[in-house]
Amino acid sequence: MTAITDEFSSAPVLPKWIAPVLLLAFAYGVVPLIGSSYLFEAILLPFLALSLAGVGLNILTGYAGQVSLGSAAFMAAGAFAAYNFYLRVEGLPLIGSIVLAGIVAAAIGIVFGLPSLRLKGFYLAVSTLAAQFFVQWALTKFSWFSNDSASGVIDAPKLLISGFAFDGAVGRYLFALTVVSILTFLAYRLVSSQTGRNFIAIRDNETAARIIGIPVLKTKLLAFAISSFIIGVAGVIWAFAYLRTVEPDGFDLDRSFQILFIIIIGGLASIRGAFFGAALIVVFPLALSRLGGFLLGDVFDSGVLDMSQRIVLGALIILFLILEPDGLVALWDRVRRRLLFAWQST
Amino acid sequence: MPLASYALGMMEASVYAPEVFARGLPSTLQSSAVGIVPTGSIADAAVPLLSLQGIGLSFGGVVALADIDLSVLSGEIRAIIGPNGAGKSSLINVISGVYRPGRGHVQLDGISYTQVPTQRLAHLGVARTFQNLALFKGLSVLDNVASGLAYKVRSNFAGQVLGIGRSRGERRDSLSRADQILEFLDLTAVRDRLAGTLPYGLQKRVELARALVAEPRLLLLDEPMAGMTASEKSEMAGFVRAARDRFATTVVLIEHDVGVVMGLSDRIAVLDYGRKIADATPDEVRNDQRVIDAYLGVASDNEDGAGI
Amino acid sequence: MIADFDYQFFIEVLVGGLLSGVMYSLVAIGFVLIYKTSGVLNFAQGALLLFAALTFVSLVERGVPFALALVATFAIMVAIGIAIERTVLRPLTNKPPITLFMATLGLSYIIEGAAQLIWGTQVHGLDLGIEDVPLEVGGVLISQFDIFAAVVAAGMVLLLSLFFRYTRIGLSFRAVADDQFAALAVGLRLPLIWATVWAAAGLVALVAGLLWGARLGVQFSLSLVVLKALPVLVLGGFDSILGAIVGGLLIGASEKLAEVYIGDYFGGGIESWFAYVVALVFLLIRPSGLFGQKLVERV
Repeated sequence: MTAITDEFSSAPVLPKWIAPVLLLAFAYGVVPLIGSSYLFEAILLPFLALSLAGVGLNILTGYAGQVSLGSAAFMAAGAFAAYNFYLRVEGLPLIGSIVLAGIVAAAIGIVFGLPSLRLKGFYLAVSTLAAQFFVQWALTKFSWFSNDSASGVIDAPKLLISGFAFDGAVGRYLFALTVVSILTFLAYRLVSSQTGRNFIAIRDNETAARIIGIPVLKTKLLAFAISSFIIGVAGVIWAFAYLRTVEPDGFDLDRSFQILFIIIIGGLASIRGAFFGAALIVVFPLALSRLGGFLLGDVFDSGVLDMSQRIVLGALIILFLILEPDGLVALWDRVRRRLLFAWQST
Repeated sequence: MPLASYALGMMEASVYAPEVFARGLPSTLQSSAVGIVPTGSIADAAVPLLSLQGIGLSFGGVVALADIDLSVLSGEIRAIIGPNGAGKSSLINVISGVYRPGRGHVQLDGISYTQVPTQRLAHLGVARTFQNLALFKGLSVLDNVASGLAYKVRSNFAGQVLGIGRSRGERRDSLSRADQILEFLDLTAVRDRLAGTLPYGLQKRVELARALVAEPRLLLLDEPMAGMTASEKSEMAGFVRAARDRFATTVVLIEHDVGVVMGLSDRIAVLDYGRKIADATPDEVRNDQRVIDAYLGVASDNEDGAGI
Repeated sequence: MIADFDYQFFIEVLVGGLLSGVMYSLVAIGFVLIYKTSGVLNFAQGALLLFAALTFVSLVERGVPFALALVATFAIMVAIGIAIERTVLRPLTNKPPITLFMATLGLSYIIEGAAQLIWGTQVHGLDLGIEDVPLEVGGVLISQFDIFAAVVAAGMVLLLSLFFRYTRIGLSFRAVADDQFAALAVGLRLPLIWATVWAAAGLVALVAGLLWGARLGVQFSLSLVVLKALPVLVLGGFDSILGAIVGGLLIGASEKLAEVYIGDYFGGGIESWFAYVVALVFLLIRPSGLFGQKLVERV
């Protein structure tokens, strides 16, 4: 689980900004033209939302070393807060609601991060479950949060930004892509800043960090706040751009684990890792369902699919922890170096 | 101990960084801080930079330290030696506030503490290294060393993310100072390696660099040479001495290997079973019968592997 | 207000809470066993419990006699425990505890998936032959099943403590729990001890699975009782069997009392998080739990 600090370290010959810029150019310029609505609805939108949630959790868990099992709670907090701000504050633009929702999630993150000042390891991990259960309970219990709708369901508003409507699958994709790109860029800047290095210092050796004068308590709470902000906005994307209709039960403990799995599989303490992990998590059930249906035919019903998904996912986690603790990112970098080497030597 | 192997090149660095000397050292020491301080003359001249009064510490009934007094004068290299379990590391942990002593005070620079505030240690001009490596494995050597200046950072995370305000200047400044220290300790070649990937001896040296980068007035070294080969030890001893000479840093040093300590320190305190049994110059300690009984007798057949 | 206070009802609620707390303790003990020897917080304990109950019920439903099904399930649980130790935990030796924890999280997914893939997802009733009619003890109504569960749990704890106090392997277990390196140095056979402990954890999972299964029906949600055990562990300390028992009783009692007396102010349903809040508040006062070892920071 050693962290790699030089994020986005591309091939040795290219400047490090080339790859993300090319990728973004492709995502904005090409994908909307060639993508099917299935690609957007079933793959890219959940991928973007979960990637962003992974980036958020990675800041807290991968960089600052504070394990959280309550990510879904912060997604839910973000989604429901954005919904209520947009609904109840007259004239507040969508972007304003999203930023405020992130701030609400950050505030809740700080509250549930307070135990981290005294607790470590498992004790902290268990205490973050309190956030998970409390938030889910509150959103279900108090119908005010969902504007008194049945069973706490909320419907997303139209995605309007300064008069421009992000309609349809492509529009919502572009909206999500933009939000995710901006926040990811800021997150990348953060983890390579002094604050990001303080996160790593606290993760690697808290006592030494305290003694050299890093403000440990403040920095931990900051990690909780920033992480929750990002996860909260990811919740807004999940609710507003991807599903359009969500209920508190959609943000259950399994979702929290899913986000944790994303960063384990993708690579802890790696911004890119969250995207790798989210891609795998989104694509593999679809692939498994195709494959299972193809091989086993009718025996492979939804129940069997669900169970085999759990088994494969669990096995993947264990395999990565044993064989590739630095995740898909490390695997990818190694493969790329090999290819580059092979290419150079020909 | 072959002291001839000291890196002599390091010793001439004393003209460096005049601001180091303008940081309120006791005036009697301003002139003598450079080079090796004659121990006899400061012993009765200056107010101690650090003094411990009646420190007692126990863990669940087991006495780790009993009624320890210790004074450390500005500019000296002060060694604390003793057999395993004598309480040496506990003493360093008390001085740096990691442990709260059951009784007694720590007086730092004239201010008395029952527990030294760990989080303010760097601001008080105190830095330390650890017995077991305590580097940040996921950071590069350069960033590890630069983190020794993190206590000075005033910019907030937003400024750093957006690259505005004082954050850029701070970063530039801390990197250049870290680079200077790396060069001073001959670590430039491993500057960009992840700290966790270095061999043991080099990691020890990076820890020294991280502690030194803040140019502390008091440097606490917890077994800086533990687990090293004889030549690594003398190299490290050379660095410790050079660091004192160049930055006018007062050094408190715990060590197992008596030979290294004799050549390096100005005064030596000897602990045994949590009690101080001697406190004198190396020569006097060498001839002290109680020390010989408690400690030196076993050291001869433990010369190299000591303290691992 | 005070005069209206119904003491009999209060005691009924309290006793009911304490008895359900015993059920929590039972699950928590499985965690403690593994944690003490391997330093792993075994999140898969809940999945193991589900697997045990589901296997037992399915065997009985297929006509296997009760006793035989019990033995067969126990054998399967031991085999699973040893397999986990061999294939998952051993390759991860010397990894940080939190990595091991995540591995057991993955493990719980595998076991839950496998249990339902093999035995199906429908809900099974489990009848242990104990009628759940209330008994009147000193004017207080107490569920007969709860008493049975408490007795079984107490017997279980007694059995485990005798085992660890008086058998050679049990003593080795305690040595390993104290200091793994020292235990290795004096030649204790760690693999054998680990296998034994996982077998013991399998037994605990079986007993807890049967009791919880009889109470809730054997179904997927059975694995979620792990979430009830976690606050108990936080409260009692991960490494103390006594802590697991006392913690379970405290959580069980306070949860029931809170549900009955203050739940309405919150609109009900507070049992999903109340135990966590109790554990958290307590932890802020005593960071290593009730009986957990206070660790001296070594630097």
